[in-house]
Formats: sequence, structure tokens, C-alpha cells
Amino acid sequence: MSDLTNLTIKDALKGLENKDFTSVELTEAHIKAGEAAKDLKCYITETPDQAIEMAKASDAKRAKGDAGLLEGIPLAIKDLFCTNGVQTTAASHILEGFKPQYESTVTANLFAQGSVMLGKANLDEFAMGSSNTTSYFGNVINPWKGADGKDLTPGGSSGGSASAVAARIAMGATGTDTGGSIRQPAAFCGVTGMKPTYGRCSRFGTVAFASSLDQAGTFARTVEDNAIMLRAMAGHDAKDSTSANREVPDFAAAMGGDLKGKKIGIPKEYRVDGMPAEIEKIWEQGIEWMKDAGAEIVDVSLPHTKYALPTYYIIAPAEASSNLARYDGVRYGYRADENILSDMYKKTRAEGFGDEVKRRIMIGTYVLSAGYYDAYYIKAQKVRRLILNDFLAAYEKCDVLLTPTAPSAAFAIGENEDDPIKMYLNDVFTVPASLAGVPGMSVPAGLDANGLPLGLQIIGRPWDEEMVFKVGGALEEAANFTALPHTLAKKAA
Amino acid sequence: MDKKTVEKVARLSSIEMSDAELDKMAPQLTNIIGFIEQLSEVDTDGVEPLANVVDIELKLRKDEITDGACADKVLANAPEETQGFFVVPKIVEQED
Repeated sequence: MSDLTNLTIKDALKGLENKDFTSVELTEAHIKAGEAAKDLKCYITETPDQAIEMAKASDAKRAKGDAGLLEGIPLAIKDLFCTNGVQTTAASHILEGFKPQYESTVTANLFAQGSVMLGKANLDEFAMGSSNTTSYFGNVINPWKGADGKDLTPGGSSGGSASAVAARIAMGATGTDTGGSIRQPAAFCGVTGMKPTYGRCSRFGTVAFASSLDQAGTFARTVEDNAIMLRAMAGHDAKDSTSANREVPDFAAAMGGDLKGKKIGIPKEYRVDGMPAEIEKIWEQGIEWMKDAGAEIVDVSLPHTKYALPTYYIIAPAEASSNLARYDGVRYGYRADENILSDMYKKTRAEGFGDEVKRRIMIGTYVLSAGYYDAYYIKAQKVRRLILNDFLAAYEKCDVLLTPTAPSAAFAIGENEDDPIKMYLNDVFTVPASLAGVPGMSVPAGLDANGLPLGLQIIGRPWDEEMVFKVGGALEEAANFTALPHTLAKKAA
Repeated sequence: MDKKTVEKVARLSSIEMSDAELDKMAPQLTNIIGFIEQLSEVDTDGVEPLANVVDIELKLRKDEITDGACADKVLANAPEETQGFFVVPKIVEQED
């Protein structure tokens, strides 16, 4: 870990501005760190040559006095964002070798603001998973290790993004969050991750999983770095009809100061049965920190919380089964060798998709099929409205909600694999906010008895990311999380 | 979900599945369906289904050509193409 790879984005921008170092030096330091951490498998595709070219161009741009919001900052890009001419796989065999001929709006915005792409970060296949084990290209490894030195999952689906930021091989990373895919891996890897309000970032050029839930967001090591990044990637896009035509605020400017007059809601339904004592403890600690910062604590109720996961596991697979119908071996991606067209489709999809993706396509197909559509899909959409109404009612009493991010710390690779529902339960605290489309952020809050990071989640009102950043900043300051992942602590010693 | 239903769903999903895979998939899907069936206990009378959380009125745009003339880009990732077309296995039966 060099000094350059340990900087925050904010400090790196200052250093670049002061000519303490160049973007090429900053980028080279991160490429080198990435080479030394290859065993974490954070990337599916590394793009070091392109990164150096982008860094050179960025240095030239800055020299002309034309610096963007993220000028010269090297980032990891989740391999769900289409990048012009660079393989984009969604961690699926079916898209292996796919080179988009266009740029996703999120990456186009980031590049226009000067960011440098280090590579395409590993993830669960089509972002379907909570442990990164469904990636066709091998699972990402968390830089934090278990007590026995065992390899742990970084969480998912944006596991490569979270792991890369934690391991200091990228200053920040993009992620996408459909049911917790930013917040849960952020918690598992001890970094901060932000899912903004649905519609804040364009979905154009992001490989679709569940279109009414998918939302791009950020990973970085501080709350403010997330705020800086989000500002650079958000905004209205005519190419996505659900992207909001709203001005993008300077999120970082909303941070600072105490929380006097702010009301923090504690939803009682998040005290789930069998919640580990350590999760309960860190949550209580978070509540105390909020009080110390001057906030008022308010008990609130989200009565339909327990129905969020079953609702999600109807809506998300239904949308996925429709979105993934496009992978037919004709226009792009993998094609199986068959002489009859219908057999070619079936075999292409059988060989191209992994087990979890097949399961979800089939669940989605089933709940949308004749005779079941009303009983499952329409029913789920109705419950989804009740879940949204719960949040809106709670926000009449409070400004944000404070909850744990995940029901456990990072678990061993291979654990929870025997039973899909056990894996789904990882997202019990993150899925409700996804269904309601509201912004949520995970901030590292402390370590458990095994020395593994635990995160707390702040959930805000629709379009009020500023409040989430403000409260998140206060939480971060109180928690003062400075612990290093084991892979780095070893090197520093 | 019995094996026959799973077989039908696999067919509707255009995914080839062996007998062994169907046997493995059936109990997994049955479990998941059992899990999502919890929703039947929620009273949703008079509740309007929520398709999308964003209250955005879909805007009409002018009907004009904004891109095109990029057949090479459209075909760039095709597993097989020729003379500006995607190529698929033959679908018209040959007469003897």
C-alpha cells in the first residue's frame, strides 16, 4: 500500500490540483497495487493500457485548466456497465467476449468528468447473488479474512467493486443495486456504498436485471468521496425514460455540522428474530452516536417489512425473465452449435447461463405465466405499494431511518450455498428500500468479535440523498472506522 | 412444483434441461414458490398495483431519425453474420 493508494478521492483531487503528483502516477500506483492483489479476483477485465492513456489525457486536460469533478481519479467499473470497445460480460458466459459499440451513460458521465477506468469489476452473474459466487469468472475474495484465515465472500452482487476499494486497488468504484447489491458488499468489505433514489442515475447501457429496481451507485472509502462520485455520474438522460429530470445537487456540500433538529427513525420491524447480538449491539451504538450528534431518535413502524423479500422474489425474477429473453445466441454473445433454430436457443441458454440465473428466469417465467399472473405478479405489485406507503408514512415522523445493513458479517465462501432462500435472507434489510426506490447508504461502523467489519444503513426520503450524506457523514465521524483489511494490515506490519 | 411443471417452465424459458437437472430444480423452485406464497396473507383489497416508483410522465419526443447507418456496429458482436445480416440455423425445411 503506497501513500497514493491510501488517499481519499477528495485528497487526491487536492494533490492533483497542487501538482504533488499526476494522474499517471496515481493511476500507475493503483495498477501496481492491483497486480499485487490479483488473488482477490476483483476484476474480470483489467484495462491498464487504456487507464494510462486516460490518465495522460486527464493530466493534459487539467494542465489546460479544464478539470472535471473527478479529474484524474482511477476507478473500477462494475462489469455490468457497457464500455465502448471493452469486453462487458455481466459475469456471464453468455456475454463472454461481448464488446459494446457504445458507452453507458453512467460511465460516459464519469469519463467526461475526468475519471480513469482501471478495469471491469467482477460481480455475481447478471448481478444475481449476495456472495459473488455466481460469477462465471470465479468468485471475488474479500480482503478481510476469517478468524481462521479462511477466505470470505465480499458480498454481492457488486463484490469486485467493494473488494477493490477496500483493498486500495481503486479509489472508488461504480456499483448497481437491485436489492442490496451495493450496500451489503460495502458492509462486508468495510467501505461506504451509496444507492441513490431510483431514477437518479440513468440505466442506459447498464445490463438490465430488474428494470424497475436497478439503480447505479457508488463505492468509496469515505462518505464524502461517495458524494463527489455520485454528483459526477448522476443526472437526467433522454435515453432512459425513468431517469429523473431533476437537478443534481452538490451532495458533498450538504455534509457537515451537527444533527440538531434532525429526526432519526428506528423501524421496529428490523429487529428480526435470530438477529446476532453483535448486529443488535452495533445498531444500538449507532443510535447512541446519532443522539450524541444532536439528533432525536423516533420509533417508527414499517409494518410490511416481512413481506419485502417475497415481494422482491416475484418482481425481480419476473422482470429478469423478460430482460434476459434477449440472450438467444443471434445478435451477440455465446451461441451453442445446433442445426435447428429452436434447439440453438435452448442450448445456448442452457450452456450460457449459470444455475442461479436459470432459477430466477424460471421463477419469473412461472409467476408471469397464464393463470398465475394475478396471483403472484399483480399481488406482489400491490404489496410493493404497501411497502412504499410504509416508508412515506415513516418519513412524516423522521428524516432518515437507521438500520443494520446486513444480518451478519462476511461469511465464508461456499456458506449458504445449499439453500437459495438462506442466501436471499442476506438482503432482508436492504430489499425494502429497493422496492420503495428510496436512497440508502451503508457506512462501516465497527468490527465484530472476529475483527470483521459491520455496516449501518441510512435510508432517506426519495430525492433527499443530501440528508443521507449529512447523517452518513456524522455517523462516519462518530464511528471513526480506521481498521485495515487483513491483506493490507499484514503488508503494513 | 412437480417435475412436469418444471419441464414446462423450462420450455417456456427456452432453457434445455436434462432429466437430472429437472430433478434437482423441482424442489428448489418449490421452496422458492412456497416462500413467496406468504404474500397471500396480506390484505391488498383496493390497493393499486405499483409498477414503478418513479412518478414520471412519459414524454413524447419528435418522431425523427437520430441515428442509423451503423450496420457494422450492430453486427460487430454477432456470432455469425454475412452481407449485413445476422445468420441463424436454417428454419425453412428443404424439399427433397
